[in-house]
Amino acid sequence: MHEETVGSKIVKWVLIGVSVLFLVVMLLLPLATVISEALRDGWKTYQAAVTDKYTVKAVLLTLEATAIAVGVNTVFGVFAALAVTKYQFRGKKVLTTLIDVPVTISPIIAGLIFLLTFGRQSVIYPLLHDLGIHVVFAVPGIVLATIFVTFPFVSRELIPVLESQGTDEEEAAALMGANAWTIFRKVTFPHIKWALLYGVVLCAARAMGEFGAVSVLSGHLRGRTNTLPLHVEILFNEFQYVPAFAASSILVLMAIVILVIRSLIEHRGGKRDS
Amino acid sequence: MKKGSKRVIPGFGLSLGVTLSVLSIVVLIPLASLVVYTAKLSPAEFWETITRPRVLASFRVSLLTAFAASAINAVMGVILAWVLVRYRFPMKRMLNGMIELPFALPTAVAGIALTSLTADTGLVGKFFARFGIQIAYTRVGITVALVFVGIPFVVRTVQPILEKLDSTYEEAAGVLGASRIRIFWQVIFPEILPAALTGFGLAFGRCLGEYGSVVFIAGNQPYETEITPLIIMSKLQEYDYTSATSIALVMLVAAFLILFLTNLVQSRSSKILKGGQ
Repeated sequence: MHEETVGSKIVKWVLIGVSVLFLVVMLLLPLATVISEALRDGWKTYQAAVTDKYTVKAVLLTLEATAIAVGVNTVFGVFAALAVTKYQFRGKKVLTTLIDVPVTISPIIAGLIFLLTFGRQSVIYPLLHDLGIHVVFAVPGIVLATIFVTFPFVSRELIPVLESQGTDEEEAAALMGANAWTIFRKVTFPHIKWALLYGVVLCAARAMGEFGAVSVLSGHLRGRTNTLPLHVEILFNEFQYVPAFAASSILVLMAIVILVIRSLIEHRGGKRDS
Repeated sequence: MKKGSKRVIPGFGLSLGVTLSVLSIVVLIPLASLVVYTAKLSPAEFWETITRPRVLASFRVSLLTAFAASAINAVMGVILAWVLVRYRFPMKRMLNGMIELPFALPTAVAGIALTSLTADTGLVGKFFARFGIQIAYTRVGITVALVFVGIPFVVRTVQPILEKLDSTYEEAAGVLGASRIRIFWQVIFPEILPAALTGFGLAFGRCLGEYGSVVFIAGNQPYETEITPLIIMSKLQEYDYTSATSIALVMLVAAFLILFLTNLVQSRSSKILKGGQ
């Protein structure tokens, strides 16, 4: 690979050209479309669409569901990753497989199983009803669905890092009398902080944009159980294209921010490792 | 933890306890309710539901488009990974960062953007309409949406393999007089094939279940452009949970089968990554 012949140079630039063309058409063009469609009728219309009462409510609900999902999955992810990598116990393989189940099934099926668990035909429905707890077609259902579809995102980033780090340092600390919290804070955490941040970012990205599972459980009550992606769907199906793309542009901005954070983390994390 | 036990590090009970409780609430109980509900289905009813012509047609549409999209992504993914690992060129870091866009961008947004791009009035659609090719509201449109969704999978599985690949074999082959094309097919390709297949499997699984990006572009014509997740969705909206569950079971079996095969291939690919044989 040291000398570059004319032939290999041609191959190089053809392959780069094909790659760039593919990514521009498949990725950049859709992004550009969202922005240009959103601004088609001018800045004023865009502003009105973005600050629309229902859009703002949808943004708030999306943020709420995302925050809860990220919180739950971060706590779960850290404990699960520790359990799987730092200790020996039977059934570990089964446990790691079960953690991965949510991302291998279709979001629609994810919605379906929560519908079967908490919906009218469920055995626990009368109990929930008496307690006044509404899950299906209400906010708790949306939150649960969001937690479900992003379930393994944090643990999955942590497990490989913890596995390659091994258990020697923790064992040494334990033998010197450190308690669990001290060991985690002083020994384990410094190893996983970048992976943890990365997992949180991925989890947030996916949580914010979840559509299928949330769609099944939401009931689409405008202003009440409508997340931003669902709001986009309703507007689009009502042929309100400019408002639909305006609402989408908020999600596009969030996605770009997440990608930038991601590549910054990867950069810093990578430097630390080497 | 008592002294002399196998577990020296404290905190085992807490870690496993939290893990199992959250896992039960979020995954196990809902999955159990699916099993309970399935047990109530009669086999005859189940069979009647999943062999309805419209349902069978949706299986065909889903499989066909998911396969086509994953195949396109397998080829493009290997090219992209190769370009990102082996070449240096301006804006490479940005290109690398863009690969994850389909993960970060909500599927519904991707769906409406691709639809308006490929409709007859859109930028890309207008171009193809001149040749009489319609993209939006056809199976081609579904495939385009699924290609978008599946882009990161193959790239991200092949990339680490290419980075780890020992260049001494390539150099040896070069010294022995093998042409570049021959080196690629006989030295490099066998090494990256398991990773590419793993990525293909992951993308295929994801595409089969994809809903958000497809519903807008598909047109959802029964027998023609109706995907299986959409049929499940419409059954749910009609409160026909029996049919929805039956069709969902078929999809679940397909998804687990794909996952199982992918894992088989992946175990070989991770051996290469770990440097063993």
